[in-house]
Amino acid sequence: MKARNKRIIFIILGLCTVGAASAMITKAMQSNMAYLYSPETVMAGEVPKNRLVRLGGLVKKDSLIRSESSLDLSFVLTDNRGHEVKVNYDRILPDLFKEEQSAVVKGKFDDDGRFMAEEVLAKHDAEYMPPELDDILAKEHSYPGKPDKVKAPATTTEKATYQ
Amino acid sequence: MIPEIGHFALVLALVVAVVQSIFPMVGAATNNAQWIAMAKPTARAQFVLLAVSFACLTAAFLESDFSVLYVANNSNTFMPTIYKVSAVWGAHEGSLLLWSLTLSVWAYLVSVFSKGISSVMLARVLSVMGMIGVGFLLFMLLTSNPFERQFPIPLQGRTLNPLLQDPGLAIHPPMLYMGYVGFSVAFAFAIAAMLGGKLDAAWARWARPWTNVAWVFLTIGIALGSWWAYYELGWGGWWFWDPVENASLMPWLVGTALIHSLAVAEKRAAFKSWTILLAIFAFSLSLLGTFLVRSGVLTSVHAFASDPERGLFILIFLVLVVGSSLILYAMRASKLKSTGTFTVISREMGLLINNVALIAMTATVLLGTLYPLFIDALGLGKISVGPPYFNTISLPLGLVLFSAMGFGLFLRWKKDAKERVFAKVRWVLLLAILIGFLVPILFMTHFDWKAALGVALASWVSLTALLWVQEQGRSPFKLPLSVWGAAIAHIGMAVTVAGISLTSAYSTEKDVRLVQGQEYQMSGYTFLFNGVKEAKGPNYIAQRGEIVVTRNGENITTLHPEKRNYGPGTMPMTEAGIDGGIFRDLFIALGEPLNNNAWSVRLYHKPVVSWIWIGAGLMGLGGLLAAFDKRYRRVRRRASEKKVVDKDSSLQGGEAMAKESGVATDNKVTA
Repeated sequence: MKARNKRIIFIILGLCTVGAASAMITKAMQSNMAYLYSPETVMAGEVPKNRLVRLGGLVKKDSLIRSESSLDLSFVLTDNRGHEVKVNYDRILPDLFKEEQSAVVKGKFDDDGRFMAEEVLAKHDAEYMPPELDDILAKEHSYPGKPDKVKAPATTTEKATYQ
Repeated sequence: MIPEIGHFALVLALVVAVVQSIFPMVGAATNNAQWIAMAKPTARAQFVLLAVSFACLTAAFLESDFSVLYVANNSNTFMPTIYKVSAVWGAHEGSLLLWSLTLSVWAYLVSVFSKGISSVMLARVLSVMGMIGVGFLLFMLLTSNPFERQFPIPLQGRTLNPLLQDPGLAIHPPMLYMGYVGFSVAFAFAIAAMLGGKLDAAWARWARPWTNVAWVFLTIGIALGSWWAYYELGWGGWWFWDPVENASLMPWLVGTALIHSLAVAEKRAAFKSWTILLAIFAFSLSLLGTFLVRSGVLTSVHAFASDPERGLFILIFLVLVVGSSLILYAMRASKLKSTGTFTVISREMGLLINNVALIAMTATVLLGTLYPLFIDALGLGKISVGPPYFNTISLPLGLVLFSAMGFGLFLRWKKDAKERVFAKVRWVLLLAILIGFLVPILFMTHFDWKAALGVALASWVSLTALLWVQEQGRSPFKLPLSVWGAAIAHIGMAVTVAGISLTSAYSTEKDVRLVQGQEYQMSGYTFLFNGVKEAKGPNYIAQRGEIVVTRNGENITTLHPEKRNYGPGTMPMTEAGIDGGIFRDLFIALGEPLNNNAWSVRLYHKPVVSWIWIGAGLMGLGGLLAAFDKRYRRVRRRASEKKVVDKDSSLQGGEAMAKESGVATDNKVTA
């Protein structure tokens, strides 16, 4: 009887631990998961405000504007089908960031609909497109200028900031 | 010619691996002494063949033989010799060859240092390692042959990924692989124990030093990778919770749990089936890591050289390994009865808490790493799980783990009284809490409760370790190495934790725009930007900045961060300028040229960031000391004295096979 009680207590304790852990994990997950959206879904208004999200697209030609006195800058992400989103950023861009190349940005839309990026990721190589970005841009329509996926030997993602 | 020799050696190695995996295993099952005796020579032959193959590939790189596709893709004549060598494992094919070679090195070592192990057990262990070898050699020969030729032969090769042209990264992969693959030994021991249906103290005693050494390599490998990321990537971070980093962290966590549960299995005959399970998981997670890195399913800094088809092969292999070992476990685990009992207050309980916390950490890291893949596979969207998730989860689990670490050392096996333990450590506990509060107040700019908690836990762990050494009551020079090992490893962990908590809380990081001659003040230092000049390296052109750092008018250092260009088709590289020290690092990286002669510059002040790696070094040292404890060698010597015939160690190949078949009528066959 005593051993049985002990076991029951153990099981209850175990269940509590598992429950607490799952609750914690779910909470941590919810607040730290970032979905990837395309410019098209942004323009359709499907992207929540004040929530950490990621946007992916091509950096539009001649859209990079820098401030004269600080690091503030902005550029436009496009899908080459006329959908565009303006991105603001105030830190150092990654080495691989270039106009007319793909980039993924992480950040939030504020109440006025301005997108402030916390992190910019860029992929190297004109022939290469990160698989996940390739997927969302290719969805529904095949966008013009979609490069063939070529295996590039020196392909690396680079982060601009690390938090 | 040389590449053909290498290729041929590789094929031969596969054949030998097939023999190594079948005959000793069947021999052990049917009690055929001759077949059992084939384990050692085949393992050694495989090592020799793979060493030859590896040497051939290295030679091709040194000669710049661009008729070999892999060489042409990863090397050129301008690269310094050291990077020509490290380019051998710089991309997919070569790193697989390194993987296989490492596996054969471990098998070779097992075959040499196996004096105390019964020949049946040894046959099974080497056979399992042979099977793993078959999988990887097949993979290499079918999908990624490093010796593939090409025609026409290019005059010049491409270049090794510039990120990898760095001394730290030249040795990071071999270290990491020694660790990853080292767990295959523990895994093979676990499978052999299940097949034999017996897991006793002697078994645990054999498995312990091997597991320790593998864990040491993995620790050092991970630390090197993190250190490299810190100074080479130019972001100043040392851990990004990148999926591939997680892939190496998971085997490390499980490996740490395994080291501790093996102690219980040896000393108390408890945790037996659990230990087996940990050994299986540690190696499976190593394989999973290989799969994640090589398959290209991840978007990650490490996701170069990846190919879905190859990923599928590793995935199938992974499923086979995990599936078959778990089925075996399901069938045999009930035989491995743990006989040792224990109460709630006991060292077993302390180690149980250690194991539960470590496994919970592994599970959450695994979840965070794989969750985006599942969501994507189910078509529910593309998500990424950020560092805050991992940080949130690690904090409470770390708290549990580190609290237990201090008490655990003082607990007695089986049954203990909490009053007794508490009486021993209460002053240390008080002191640790005091230090936790004082360090942020006295030495730092502001009070941060997470940092205070981290410092308190680190002091608690290291002080208890020191007290425990003193408690042994013997002269420090006469203590067994394992005592020193445990204490130093615990202190190392504490140093790392202190480094992590202080540097996370008190780092100052600024991205600024500087023109030539402009000064910038940060954390009490003045940074004077003297502009950027062009400089030439052996195979790159650098934009070299100069920044003079002063403090209260006193010259501290001059740093030269660089932006390197390794030629067309490569990405620009950021080489940070770092002034390292015990108590703080100054980290400067060039961003990009802006208009009006200005540059964006990244300035970091990071207190005690070096402690993270110093701690890892101490952990490695501790693991090594524990692995070379006299106790393990004594066992071997005693066992080898009993053994009358065992003289095959210097022979190889067929000769040794013939010889061994003669001597293997060893009484242990029936044991």
